[in-house]
Amino acid sequence: MTMPDSRRLRTRRRLLQAGGALSIVPWLRVGAAAADLPDIPALSAFLAGRTPRSERVRLLLPQLADNGQAVPMKVVIDGPFAPGPHVSAIHLFSETNPVPEMAVFEFPGPVERIEVESRLRLANTQRIVAVAAMSDGTLYSAVAEVIVTLAGCLDGT
Amino acid sequence: MPDARVNVPDRIPRGKPFEVRILIRHPMETGYRLDEVGKPIPRNVIRTFTCRYDGEIAFSARLSSGIAANPYLRFFVTARESGLLAFEWQDDGGVHGSDSVAVTVV
Amino acid sequence: MLRALVCAVSICAAVAGAQERVLPLSALRSGIAFAGPDVRAMQSDDTSNPGLLWVENGQKLWHARAGAADSSCASCHGDARATKRGVATPHPRHDAATGEVFDLEARINACRVRRQQASPWARESEDLLSLTAYVAYQSRGLPLAVTIDGPARAAFERGRAYYSQRHGQMNLACAHCHDQNWGKRLLAENISQGHGTAFPAYRLEWQGVGSLQRRIRACLFGIRAEMPPPGAPELTDLELFLAWRAQGLPIETPGVR
Repeated sequence: MTMPDSRRLRTRRRLLQAGGALSIVPWLRVGAAAADLPDIPALSAFLAGRTPRSERVRLLLPQLADNGQAVPMKVVIDGPFAPGPHVSAIHLFSETNPVPEMAVFEFPGPVERIEVESRLRLANTQRIVAVAAMSDGTLYSAVAEVIVTLAGCLDGT
Repeated sequence: MPDARVNVPDRIPRGKPFEVRILIRHPMETGYRLDEVGKPIPRNVIRTFTCRYDGEIAFSARLSSGIAANPYLRFFVTARESGLLAFEWQDDGGVHGSDSVAVTVV
Repeated sequence: MLRALVCAVSICAAVAGAQERVLPLSALRSGIAFAGPDVRAMQSDDTSNPGLLWVENGQKLWHARAGAADSSCASCHGDARATKRGVATPHPRHDAATGEVFDLEARINACRVRRQQASPWARESEDLLSLTAYVAYQSRGLPLAVTIDGPARAAFERGRAYYSQRHGQMNLACAHCHDQNWGKRLLAENISQGHGTAFPAYRLEWQGVGSLQRRIRACLFGIRAEMPPPGAPELTDLELFLAWRAQGLPIETPGVR
């Protein structure tokens, strides 16, 4: 269940103020990143208390979808990748679709280029969250908002 | 009905990542649509997708109704030897689909 | 004096002919021009354009034997890429044998019945859509060029009348949106000029490929008008008028809309 907008704004403001006051202590920035993630129960369940870093992942979606039936999506994790932990999976979560876990893309081994494209189905205007999981458990995330509007004429054919 | 359209580059440099594009024929029926008499059309989406490179899984995906009908996937695989990329997918109805393409690595 | 009169009359006739077009040829724009960037990208990328799945199926059907004659399209027509290039551009076209106007779907069905001695495919069936898409695809990029003279004239005039007539609960004519208000927004969509050059097209709302007649019926549904059944002569007449109206625009099949 998402928080009403006004309460979300106040919480965000408080966290940012707290973050600003403690800006001389960079490791506390992680708290501000968590406040940027939409409140999706399936996402919280997946994170299980962990906080992903909101960096390295680029989630590319149109700001305004031509049609919610097929919204082009590209998720990229820029290299170069140091030897060691590799990207093992990228999870996609929807804020308001009836099915919040949209897809998981899995990489059994290291690949020099982590870039996945597909087309999403979006029920309405919402945010999409991409969470990349490294083989050592580190998590990175990105959020993108898409405006989805309704077609002008009903098609009953 | 052909299951899919697959696209890989013609000649792939060894050791480099190459682009794989696949367009799969599947309604990805969400389960939320109603037919002409108002009955819900049962959900039937592709759940699992794997890409095997000479037998070894190089990329896989778990999909849902949140992926558009006639799904399109584009991803990268590291080139090793010339061989076969085999694609397989399975939907809620247990129906399997497959396709394959030969890759030429130079 | 007589020569001057003849000149004046022919100039008037030419002007009258030019006035027949509400949308002058120079102002014609395909439906893809009114679509958003994502839809345009989907249509132009052959590796991700879903309509090509139907075109590929059409290619299979082209080579499939059918009917009592146990022949395929290829048996008579060979390689469609060579023999069918340009065949879509004059359609809809008058058929001498029946006296009717045939769109490409009707032409394919007529061939099935007469030559392959097979039963015709139902309109909007996957087989007919696929084969129509495959055949029209061979003319991709070529300009529409239908004939409205001679036996096709009556159908053309009926089509034009239908286009200009008000229909349905909303009491709208096609002309109201597509001649007078193209380019403007209707809720979240841009109103196109209504040409239909990309059909059979993959329509996102259908999550599949459909014919131009299906798209016309959807418009009629939208204005709460009675929808003639698929294959009805009113729809073919209208298709002929639309093809004339879109003269010169290139075929884009399979489009994405």
